[in-house]
Amino acid sequence: MNSNIQKNKASVIENLDAVRAMIKRHKRNDILFATIGLIAIMFGLLALLTLFVDLVMDGYPRFNIQFFSDFPSRRAGSAGLLSAWVGSLLVMLVTFLTAVPIGVAAGLYLEEYAPKNWFSDLIEINVSNLAGVPSIIYGLLALGLFVYGLNLGQSILTAGLTLGLLILPIVIVSTREAIRAIPIAIREAAYAVGATKWQVVKDHIVKYSQGGILTGVIIGMSRALGETAPIITIGALTFIAFLPPSPITTEVPFINFEWLSSSFTVLPIQMFNWLSRPDHAFHINAAATGAIIIVVTLLMNGTAIWLRYKIRKNIKW
Amino acid sequence: MINATTPIKAESKDLNFFYSNGTQALKGINMPLYENKITALIGPSGCGKSTFLRCFNRMHDLYPGNRYEGQIIMHPDNTNILEKGVDPIEVRMRISMVFQKPNPFPKSIYENVAYGLRVRGESNKRLLDDKVEEALKGAALWNEVKDRLQDLAFNLSGGQQQRLCIARALATDPEIMLFDEPTSALDPIATANIEELMSELRNKLTILVVTHNMQQAARISDYTAYMYLGDLIEYGDTDMIFTRPTRKETEDYITGKFG
Repeated sequence: MNSNIQKNKASVIENLDAVRAMIKRHKRNDILFATIGLIAIMFGLLALLTLFVDLVMDGYPRFNIQFFSDFPSRRAGSAGLLSAWVGSLLVMLVTFLTAVPIGVAAGLYLEEYAPKNWFSDLIEINVSNLAGVPSIIYGLLALGLFVYGLNLGQSILTAGLTLGLLILPIVIVSTREAIRAIPIAIREAAYAVGATKWQVVKDHIVKYSQGGILTGVIIGMSRALGETAPIITIGALTFIAFLPPSPITTEVPFINFEWLSSSFTVLPIQMFNWLSRPDHAFHINAAATGAIIIVVTLLMNGTAIWLRYKIRKNIKW
Repeated sequence: MINATTPIKAESKDLNFFYSNGTQALKGINMPLYENKITALIGPSGCGKSTFLRCFNRMHDLYPGNRYEGQIIMHPDNTNILEKGVDPIEVRMRISMVFQKPNPFPKSIYENVAYGLRVRGESNKRLLDDKVEEALKGAALWNEVKDRLQDLAFNLSGGQQQRLCIARALATDPEIMLFDEPTSALDPIATANIEELMSELRNKLTILVVTHNMQQAARISDYTAYMYLGDLIEYGDTDMIFTRPTRKETEDYITGKFG
C-alpha cells in the first residue's frame, strides 16, 4: 500500500517533467513567430523610412518659405510649389464636396433602405470591385465623360470630380462598415419608442457612424492627394505660372466659381515634371516635393486615427 | 383571480407567426392581457415567448419576410394592431418595450429619456424637463441621477442602465409595456429593484414580461402563460399555475422535471 503511493508520487513527478519540457518546446514557437512578425513589420517600416530620409536629405536645401510661395520657373533654384499646392488644395475641395455627400448617402441607402436581394448583392460586389480598378481607367472615363462629354475642360472641376469618383468606393465601403458596427439592439431601441426610419437614420445611425465615415473619407482623400495618373490623363498642365481666380472675393456675393474652370497643376504632377528634367538641380525640388507629399499624407492619416479615437471614446459596444 | 370585472387591455386571437425562412414560431395563440396586471410568459428556450412578445410592438416588421396571421386586438378602441393598415409606428407609440440587455443610446441620461418625446416632435424645454423627471422618478432612478442628467448613459451601472431604459419606455405614457427578460443580465440586487419597480408600474399600465426565471414569474406576475414549441400550453392565474397546474407538461416544467 505504502509502496504503491510512493510509486504514484514518482510517476506524477516524472509526468510533470514531461509536461514542462513540452511547454518549453511550444513556447519556442511563440518566440519564433514573434521574431518573424517583428522582421516583417520592420521590413515595411524601414523601407518607407529609408525612402523618406533619402527624400529629405536630397531635398532639404529647398525647405524654406520661398519654395511654397514661388511659381515654377526655368531656373531650378527659384522654382516653387505655389501653383501646385494651391491646385491640390482646390482639387481636394471639389473631391471632398462630391465624394462625401454622394458616398455617405449611397452607403446609408445600401445599408438601411435597399432591400436585401440579388440586386443589392450585385451592387455590393461592384462597389468593392470599383475600389480596385486602376486609377488610370478613371482618368480615361473622366476624359471621355467630363472633358469631352460634358465639356468641362481640363479644369479643377474635372480633376476634382475624377478623384471624387476614384475615392467614392472607399467612402461607400467605409460608411457601410461603420453603419454595420452599430448593434441591432440600439436600432431596435430607437424603433421601439416609435421612431420612423429617417429619425433612426438621422438621430442614431449617422451620429454613431461618424467616426468610421470620417476615417474612411480622410484615408480616401490622402489617396486622392497622391494620385497622378488620372490627372495626367485628363490633361493637367505641368507648368502653371499663375493662380486660379480666388474662390473668395471682396465684392458681393464674396464667392465666385471661376476657379472651377481654371487650368491647374497638383503636387505629384509638379514632382513628376521636375523629375523628368535632365538638370539635376530640379531633382532636388522633386525630392523636396516627395517628402512634403509623404508628410501631408501621414498627417492626414494621423488625423484620421486621432479623430476615430476621439469619437469612439464615448461609444462603448 | 380571473373574473369578469377585470377589463381586458389586449388579446391575441388565433395568432400564428412565421419567420422569413418559413418556420412557424407561434401556433394559434389565444390569450388575454388584463389591464393593470402583469402577465408572465414562461417556457424553455425557443418556445416562442420572445417571438410572441415582439408581436405586440410589431418588432418583427423590421426584418423583411416575417408574417403574422390572426389578430391582436387592443381595447378600448378594438384596433387589430397586426392589421396591414395599422402603422407599426402607431403601435409602438402605444406599446413600449424594455429589452433583455440594457441598450441605452450613446447619449446623455436626459436625451435617452427624452428621445421618445423628441420623436413625437416635442421640443418645449419645460415640458421635456418635467416629463424626463417624472419618468426617471417612475423608474426609481431620479435620486441617483438628478445631479448628472447630462452625463453619458454608459457611465451608469448595468442595473441603472436598465432602469434608464424603463424610464425611456415610460416617458411616452404607454398603455402597455413589454419586458423581454429584463433582468437576465443583472445581479440579484439590481434584479430585485427592477422587480419591485414592475410591481409599482402595474398601477399605471399593463405589463407583459418574458422570463426564464420561474421564481420571478411567481413573485411578480398576476397571470402566467406556459409556452412550448410555439403552442400556448396553459394560461391562468399565477397562483394556480404554480400550485395546481391542470396540464401535465406545465407541472413537469415548473417542478423542474423538464426544461
